Amino acid sequence: MQPFAYERANSAADAARLGQQTNSGDVHAPTQFLAGGTTLVDLMKLNVMTPARLVDVNALRQQYSGISLDDQGLTLGAFASMAQAAAHPQLNARYPVVAQSLQLAASQQIRNMATLGGNLLQRTRCTYFRDVTWKSCNKRAPGSGCAALEGVNRQHAVLGVDQSCIAQYPGDFAVALIALGAELTLQGAGGSRKLALADLHRPPGNQPHLEHNLRPGELITSIHVPGGAWTARSVYIKVRDRESYEFAISSAAVALDLDGDTVRAARIGLGGMAYRPWRAQAAEAALTGRRLDQTTVRQAAQAALEGAVTHGHNDYKPELGRRTLVRALLAVQAMRI
Amino acid sequence: MNTTFTRRELISGTAGVGTAALLGSAQAAAPAAPPSMASPTLPVNSTLRINGRDYRVSHDIRASLLDTLREHLTLTGTKKGCDHGQCGACTVHLDGKTALSCLTLTVAAQGHEITTIEGLAPAPGKLHPVQQAFIDCDGFQCGYCTPGQIMSATACIREGFAKDPASIREFMSGNLCRCAAYPNIVKAVEQARTAGGV
Repeated sequence: MQPFAYERANSAADAARLGQQTNSGDVHAPTQFLAGGTTLVDLMKLNVMTPARLVDVNALRQQYSGISLDDQGLTLGAFASMAQAAAHPQLNARYPVVAQSLQLAASQQIRNMATLGGNLLQRTRCTYFRDVTWKSCNKRAPGSGCAALEGVNRQHAVLGVDQSCIAQYPGDFAVALIALGAELTLQGAGGSRKLALADLHRPPGNQPHLEHNLRPGELITSIHVPGGAWTARSVYIKVRDRESYEFAISSAAVALDLDGDTVRAARIGLGGMAYRPWRAQAAEAALTGRRLDQTTVRQAAQAALEGAVTHGHNDYKPELGRRTLVRALLAVQAMRI
Repeated sequence: MNTTFTRRELISGTAGVGTAALLGSAQAAAPAAPPSMASPTLPVNSTLRINGRDYRVSHDIRASLLDTLREHLTLTGTKKGCDHGQCGACTVHLDGKTALSCLTLTVAAQGHEITTIEGLAPAPGKLHPVQQAFIDCDGFQCGYCTPGQIMSATACIREGFAKDPASIREFMSGNLCRCAAYPNIVKAVEQARTAGGV
């Protein structure tokens, strides 16, 4: 690990002032915010990240960790721990897809340490990104190429990728949130603003070293999930190589507003499949206004993985993604609300 | 040669204790001022509250809480396995919740109540109920992961996640055991929960 200067921010205004060089999540940005540290400290030990300065924002946990639900929806303080939200009784009852996405993520130790906002910005687990002995990684060394294209890419993404990067977004929570149309509140030098979660993560676009659309010094301070008839009828299904404490190779976040067996509205997110948190709007459209049965769920699944691009070891992913979504849709339909 | 050392005493005698000092209770301190921006390569001073006592330690800014516990404070019960947050051997409690000391920076651990395996037993020579249950149920083989397992098991019971074997396994999935003593670990957690006093 490289030495670094360390400072504490006691407020969002402090953070905005101290965090001017955070550069859209560039792995080489000279300043990095430290919250739970479960990704950052790991990558610093691997010398993937060598920030000159850490700005510790943990003091903001005091102010931004409340969780509340009302008719307008769900508001999560972005500095609440993953464990705190995962165990919240009302969240489990009214937004099961959100609670499950947190319960099925990481380990209890990591869920205790990690903040919700930090989890949204979790970096990829791509082995070529995490291992600096590989020369080619456009995310770590812009312009150097992508070793995963010709490498062992079993875990890599098949949606939202291009030739510059096929890294998989590893998180679960953001997949549930993007399905439900979550919106973020950000605090920065210019004050407060809103940003749709769908606009937080950048597509690779030949600049995969830039991760997100936060402005310099900006922090996510709260997460709002709109309320709606469908939120209680929802599920997060995660498929992985072992039963617990493992990243998804495929996951589906599904929420349905049903009139009998007819779909009034569907909300679908896919994990393990894409470069960034992925909302499957084509699959939602394929279900809207239709009867939910074996035929329509398969048509929706087909639509969800339309346009998938595979690179050999991950050829299995589109079919696994379709089957995960079919299972999730049928599970949600079977729920007794 | 008549003098004998236990392994623990030998390790304690050779560790870098010169940089750490136990503070009297009167000196119980709020977090020290942040280290200077100007000199990231110089040692920094942190005050850590561990097992109910305050320690002042001078350390490299990069030091993990794990390395500080083991190398500066001779609290070697907390183990280093992967050092990357994947195995759980380094599990401690931070304000009563399980945390990975390998991914916690020492400088950022100030102001928290830290509990290590050494702080679990109620009195010298007495075992904590979870420690006793691990012995009774043969919940380990080589023992290297055991301090971390016991820290997680204690939290599992205290937080109400020890209600059945599936829930125990899920709560403790972040603690790997290469000897695969898992069935007896689950039994130990159930026994300790039933016995009470955790």
